[in-house]
Amino acid sequence: MRNVLHFKRLDEASGDTVELTFEGEPVTARAGETVAAALLAAGHISGRQTPVSGSPRGPYCMMGACFDCLVEIDGEANRQGCMTQVRDGMVVRRMTGARDVDRGSAA
Amino acid sequence: MADSAYAVIGGGLVGMAIAWGLANRGKQVTVFDEGDRGFRASRGNFGLVWVQSKGLNMPDYSRWSRLSAQLWPKLSEELGNVSGTDLELSQPGGIHLFLDEDEAEKAVADMEKLRAALGGDYPFEYLGHNAVKRIIPEIGPEVVGALHSPMDGHVNPLYLLRALHTGVRDAGAKVLHGPRVERITHTKDGFRIHREDGVWSADNVVLCAGLGNARLAPMIGLDAPVVPNRGQVIITERVRPFLNVPTAHVRQVGEGAVQIGDSKEAAGFDDSTSKNVIAKIAHRATRYFPLLENVRVVRTWGALRVMSPDGHPIYDKSQTCPGASLVTCHSGVTLAAAHAKVLAGWICGEDAPDYMEVFGAQRFALQKAG
Repeated sequence: MRNVLHFKRLDEASGDTVELTFEGEPVTARAGETVAAALLAAGHISGRQTPVSGSPRGPYCMMGACFDCLVEIDGEANRQGCMTQVRDGMVVRRMTGARDVDRGSAA
Repeated sequence: MADSAYAVIGGGLVGMAIAWGLANRGKQVTVFDEGDRGFRASRGNFGLVWVQSKGLNMPDYSRWSRLSAQLWPKLSEELGNVSGTDLELSQPGGIHLFLDEDEAEKAVADMEKLRAALGGDYPFEYLGHNAVKRIIPEIGPEVVGALHSPMDGHVNPLYLLRALHTGVRDAGAKVLHGPRVERITHTKDGFRIHREDGVWSADNVVLCAGLGNARLAPMIGLDAPVVPNRGQVIITERVRPFLNVPTAHVRQVGEGAVQIGDSKEAAGFDDSTSKNVIAKIAHRATRYFPLLENVRVVRTWGALRVMSPDGHPIYDKSQTCPGASLVTCHSGVTLAAAHAKVLAGWICGEDAPDYMEVFGAQRFALQKAG
């Protein structure tokens, strides 16, 4: 879901930019930012759907405690967006429901 | 006239189950609750409604646990209605996994002995690796077998605590959060409850203060020789359901997280976590379920069990201060239904199972003398 911009970067926070994608859509971020910050700045306030009620969730605490910023990063499910720095070429996708676990030898 | 007919000291799972049972019997109840500042076992427990292997040395404790498990569906339904919360009670039977043949053999022998002591009425079976795998396809190759009992289940213990708090207020009882109870005095007019913020009177007192019972019990002619026993717990990220029956050490909760536990340590009143114990229970869990190797841990915590010398509950009435009673145990979840439905009645003089007296603290005095 793409909303009105709630977040603005400070002017003095300039620096190199990196390019990533969210749900296939290009997102430009500043080097050193977290994935959660980059998505919020780009207007993506929700990155997942909670497996409990199915309602949308987005970054809340921004310090690793609330687990509401979970997204899939480069194919890895349930990564904390606020604890992961952006990288050029990163592929970020929405988390929908709980993740599957590897069934290993039992499959 | 006293401020209340019954003062319940402690607002955890034990105190709230008793308070709810008393209030539903029309008694005027005030709960004195120290809240989460106390060493509240109710905020840290594992959530099993568990019968198998309990009471190996005291068959009446086994009977009592099983009675509670049988009363649980009714408790869950009533609390669900009053709180509007589904407590996630599920009683599909429980599994105790073994990684070691000798350990399994000994556990089966213990259970058979208990079954004999109970006159044969004690359903369980031992399953080999392949039989376990039919129930839980995700077990690892190191699992040699498991004890399975249809008596067991699990519930969301935090929803239970919240629902009891809602239910107790709904039934007309008062809950006074605040500082701990410092002193209880007994006079010919009844009891006085002393806290830093005031003094309250009561006709009867029920001690449900967990580890605090050890300090408070002697003030009103009771004995509660309980000590802390630390358990550490791991919570993982939410994953799609793979474990639809609770096991003694690992369970998947209703919302998908996996809870890993069952460490036991004497660590005094230190309720923190330690890396070596967390690593040990995590490693054991991955031997049970190898797929957990790829699952992230999101939280860990420590909590203190309230342990009596033999691990069984203590239910007692004071001889020297009539109207004072004591309720303490380390299985506040499993026993919540028996506490609300039966023990609350025993406290106010209703008929109760004839084996209630075996839970008196006198048994420890006899052991000492013996």
